[in-house]
Amino acid sequence: MAVTVSVPTILRTHTGGEKSVEASGSNVAEVIEDLESRHSGIKARLVKEGSLHRFVNVYVNDEDVRFAGGLAAAVKDGDNVTILPAVAGGSTARECVTVS
Amino acid sequence: MLTIRRDLVDAMVRHARRDHPDEACGVLAGPAGSDRPERFIEMINAERSPTFYRFDSTEQLQVWRAMDAADEGPVVIYHSHTATEAYPSRTDISYASEPDAHYVLVSTRDPETDELRSYRIVDGEVSEEPIEVVESYMFSHTGADDVPDAR
Repeated sequence: MAVTVSVPTILRTHTGGEKSVEASGSNVAEVIEDLESRHSGIKARLVKEGSLHRFVNVYVNDEDVRFAGGLAAAVKDGDNVTILPAVAGGSTARECVTVS
Repeated sequence: MLTIRRDLVDAMVRHARRDHPDEACGVLAGPAGSDRPERFIEMINAERSPTFYRFDSTEQLQVWRAMDAADEGPVVIYHSHTATEAYPSRTDISYASEPDAHYVLVSTRDPETDELRSYRIVDGEVSEEPIEVVESYMFSHTGADDVPDAR
């Protein structure tokens, strides 16, 4: 199953600057393994302890895979896999909050 | 240095005030590589929280695709802190993954005073930068500094 993977700026150091690369696999986990075999180091940026890293969003076509089985989400020939950095943060540093 | 039009500053502050006490967030898009914010895009805070924000992932995909199609990039990524100063928290730093973006924080902790500051966050390193507010970008290349910075 050949798919096209869109790579965000922050991960293009692993793809020689390419914003779009080819990969194969029948689910997201296999696609990431295949990417890793040619773009060493990329897997560690995407997967932590067997699930998707909270710092990234991975989509198959238009669907966030977090709502479609995560790493087990199926991909078909010709699908587009898009990786985006999650944009998140906040003022929360609860251990620093003091109550007066 | 972040050079930014006054109407865009006003739009970010308005959004932050409206969503207070929840954190507000969004993007200012601009031509790729230009460092010039032009298009104001309010984003949904999927967390709807006073202490955390996260772009709704589906909306983010749509917005990022639209920017890509228009040859734009996220020049500014902004969010508000509603009870603390406009300085990046550890959470903000750990998530910051656009080394070319200006991270703008708006604090709404004081109802009377708008606090707006800008940062670069690269590899976990935070550096604050001055903000130059201009009425238009037409003359901003001259470096004219007759417009007061945002407070």
